[in-house]
Amino acid sequence: MATIVLPRSLLQLFPAAEHRVTLPGATVGELIQGLDQRWPGLQDRLCDTGPLLREHIKLFVDGEPANLDAPVAEGSVVHVIPAISGGAAGHAVARRQRPQRAGSS
Amino acid sequence: MGESVLLLVGTPKGSFIVEGGPERDGWDVRGPSCEGWPIHDIAVQPETGALFAGGGSPWYGATVFRSDDRGKTWNQSSEGLTYGEEPKLKTVWNVGFAHGSIYAGVEPAGLFRSDDGGSTWSHVSGLRDHPSRPEWQPGNGGLILHSIVGHPTDPAKMWVGISAVGTFATEDGGKTWDTRNKGVRAGFVPGPAPEFGQCVHKLVMASDRPERLYQQNHCGVYRSEDEGRTWQEITAGLPSEFGFPMVAHPRDPDTIWTIPLNGAEQGRYVPDGSAAVWRSKDAGSSWVRSGGGLPDENAYIGVLREAMAVDSLRPAGVYFGTSTGQLYGSRDEGDSWSLIAGNLPPVWSVEAAVLPD
Repeated sequence: MATIVLPRSLLQLFPAAEHRVTLPGATVGELIQGLDQRWPGLQDRLCDTGPLLREHIKLFVDGEPANLDAPVAEGSVVHVIPAISGGAAGHAVARRQRPQRAGSS
Repeated sequence: MGESVLLLVGTPKGSFIVEGGPERDGWDVRGPSCEGWPIHDIAVQPETGALFAGGGSPWYGATVFRSDDRGKTWNQSSEGLTYGEEPKLKTVWNVGFAHGSIYAGVEPAGLFRSDDGGSTWSHVSGLRDHPSRPEWQPGNGGLILHSIVGHPTDPAKMWVGISAVGTFATEDGGKTWDTRNKGVRAGFVPGPAPEFGQCVHKLVMASDRPERLYQQNHCGVYRSEDEGRTWQEITAGLPSEFGFPMVAHPRDPDTIWTIPLNGAEQGRYVPDGSAAVWRSKDAGSSWVRSGGGLPDENAYIGVLREAMAVDSLRPAGVYFGTSTGQLYGSRDEGDSWSLIAGNLPPVWSVEAAVLPD
């Protein structure tokens, strides 16, 4: 069993979910799958199709940066943290630049 | 039974519900809701009265919210709202309704449909299967599908508008799509107008005349009398060919409104800093400026493509929100205007709905 700590901004989307959840799982990804079984749709908020961790969601296992494949031990604490970003107009994160049609909008 | 008018406002800081009575002389502002997510569009499903809001969080991705209590509480789901591994969905730009289904237009441009009230979504893949798709390029606002226009009686027909790509139509329920851009200029590329690549900014259908479409384009304003197969330019009489929003009258197929901006490369605000809405009552043959009640000088405001709406009352109410957070309304079909809310976040979208109390 490991404990996963969810950000407050995510809990606003899933009012029944808890800030700290203790559940079984061998990896961070399995813990998140366990969360999704309890609160359907929660995995989609943290992971994009793949599943891949969303670009601006960060994971830490016992204080160390981690990814979805990272193993968790009995008693581990996993923190889910929205990355610091902001300052740009519109969306708060820089977009990957793609070729843009000249002069269009 | 009384009626309420709901103005649904999407902003980068969440959605706002502005509610008033049928007299439209007083308004209450509620919000932000949708948990502060950037919301590009909110609309009411006619059959159910449910509110649907589409947007995308930089952290938690794209999703569609649903509210069954006029915006007091929301649920959200993006199950099925994906292209697979690539490309990644950035945000939902538009929500629309047709024949009981809910549609979401997204960035990168594509169309999704829900047949279960927004719980799950499926990709209308025929649109991105169009042979032109590898050549689609984003405009300044991104590669976005922003207009979804269903046919009032034929569920097989639908039109969509994609910025910097153009108008597409299906007549087989979304399996296959054709370009519908003939007669529309694309002044930002050399040579004759291409089959696609026109920068449609907003696409609307005339009331009670589904063969007639209107569009505000990057390069002019247009009308089609044949379901978008050919377009006639109706820009003459407007102070600028450039603007974003366009709305059609709920009952009169000849009446439309738009808000010209000074130009694509000139700052994109109302000409001379004098705010005005322009109305045509003859399907675009002539235009009349309406600025009564709007700031006449030093108003360097812009209005984005989703940020204008019309209600269904008599006379129709017309509303628009600005990129600097003002929401204006007219209860006399655009003859005169008044400020409804002055300090909202930048307004990305406005929709209007009349619901029973």
